[in-house]
Amino acid sequence: MKYKAIDGLKYTKKHEWARQDGSTAVVGLCDYAQDKLGEIVFVELPEVGAAVEAGKSAAVIESVKAVADLYAPLSGTVTEVNEVLLDQPETINQDPYGEGWVFKVEITDQTEPEGLMDKEAYEEFLMKEEEA
Amino acid sequence: MNDARKTPFYEKHLALEGKIVDYSGWLLPVQYSKGLVEEVHDTRKRATLFDVSHMGELMIEGKDSEMYLQKLVTNDLSGLKDGAVIYSPVCYPDGGVVDDILIYRINSESYFLVVNAANTDKDYAWFQENLSGAVILKNLSPDYAQLALQGPNSETILQPLTAEPLSELKYYHFSKDVTLAGVNCLVSRTGYTGEDGFEIYCLNADAPALWDALWEEGKKHELNPAGLGARDVLRLEAAMPLYGHELSKEITPLNAGLDRFVAVEKNVPFNGQEALKQQKKQGLKHKLYGLEMLERGVPREGYPVQAAGKEIGWISSGSFSPTLDKFIAMALLDPQVADHAKEVEIMIRNRPYRASFTKLPFYRRKK
Repeated sequence: MKYKAIDGLKYTKKHEWARQDGSTAVVGLCDYAQDKLGEIVFVELPEVGAAVEAGKSAAVIESVKAVADLYAPLSGTVTEVNEVLLDQPETINQDPYGEGWVFKVEITDQTEPEGLMDKEAYEEFLMKEEEA
Repeated sequence: MNDARKTPFYEKHLALEGKIVDYSGWLLPVQYSKGLVEEVHDTRKRATLFDVSHMGELMIEGKDSEMYLQKLVTNDLSGLKDGAVIYSPVCYPDGGVVDDILIYRINSESYFLVVNAANTDKDYAWFQENLSGAVILKNLSPDYAQLALQGPNSETILQPLTAEPLSELKYYHFSKDVTLAGVNCLVSRTGYTGEDGFEIYCLNADAPALWDALWEEGKKHELNPAGLGARDVLRLEAAMPLYGHELSKEITPLNAGLDRFVAVEKNVPFNGQEALKQQKKQGLKHKLYGLEMLERGVPREGYPVQAAGKEIGWISSGSFSPTLDKFIAMALLDPQVADHAKEVEIMIRNRPYRASFTKLPFYRRKK
């Protein structure tokens, strides 16, 4: 597998991930997406307290060549944003599932994460994506 | 993928992990494994090799070649010597731009033209439509490959491959029938990066052998591949125009600040002469400026530019500049406002971001 995915996270078809911890979840961009985008030079974060809706744009990630939306994997209220990304947006390239997290969200519907893919399902999805 | 064309170097790009994209109908690498930012640094500090085989080549031959070209291009070719290259816009009668091209004078009856990939067919049709006198026009594009070797190490890398003394090949000059590693090439000291370097033309069939030879020699001098992404950023840092951005059917060479390539007083009447003269007299509605972001944000093509809340133009090209570690842009703005403003706001996703004026080019190589 060329692109990394890790256990314990939930994934979307738009290549976002969410790590649930009780009623909140940390959200970020998958390895595949950061690699496709290339060197990330700018991140526009949501505001703390903002409502985000699953499938709708919650942040903007820009590489030298491209602008990409980060769609919220889950609906809820933003509780924290990763301000490190404002000065060091390349952190997403370096550590997409760790230091490169984008925001934390208080989940509205606790069952919503169940609708996302787990690692195995996501890896299968990635394989198909690459073949296409 | 689709019916996009492959250059003779396609397999080489795959071997180097190039990320292939469809660019104007050509499958070319936008970047390689090191990434765009490193490729820009490699070009400025060492040397990089670009596949630019998508560029078009036209040949003009016959005793009326010079006169024919003089009528079609805005620059004045009368002082151009054999073996010299000149840059020129090609205009429509209304001053809008057909393309911007390089003209290589082999002799007064033979010129080699290098045109933009996306414009090749349009240019060929335009040159065909405007034929006059004893002139033969040929489209060589399908037969020719082109490589750009750019960066301070370029001469060191290229010299061992040829008996031709490259130090004698000056900027904007070329040499025809140069044997490079056994391959017949046309070599010019030109480029689209703001660095010293060479552009090399050869037949498709010879191209892979030339690539391998360059690579073998290049390994000794830290040669790296660079893709279209780096090429676009490098040319922006050097404030070189790109057709479709700084020049178009609607944007004249004068709008783009290319006055020194427009011989309005040329004694051979040329397409666009009257319109451009008129534009010069009446003053420009838009002129090209350099901008630098004062706030973090990426200025991109098409974003509106405002001064004191009023729209005064748009971004023609913008990017993060790895060389300057800044966000930079070229913008076409109303000079009546821009000439007196210290700052402007660039509208990014409907939010204003402050930017200040800066001299073009953003980057100039130390001689």
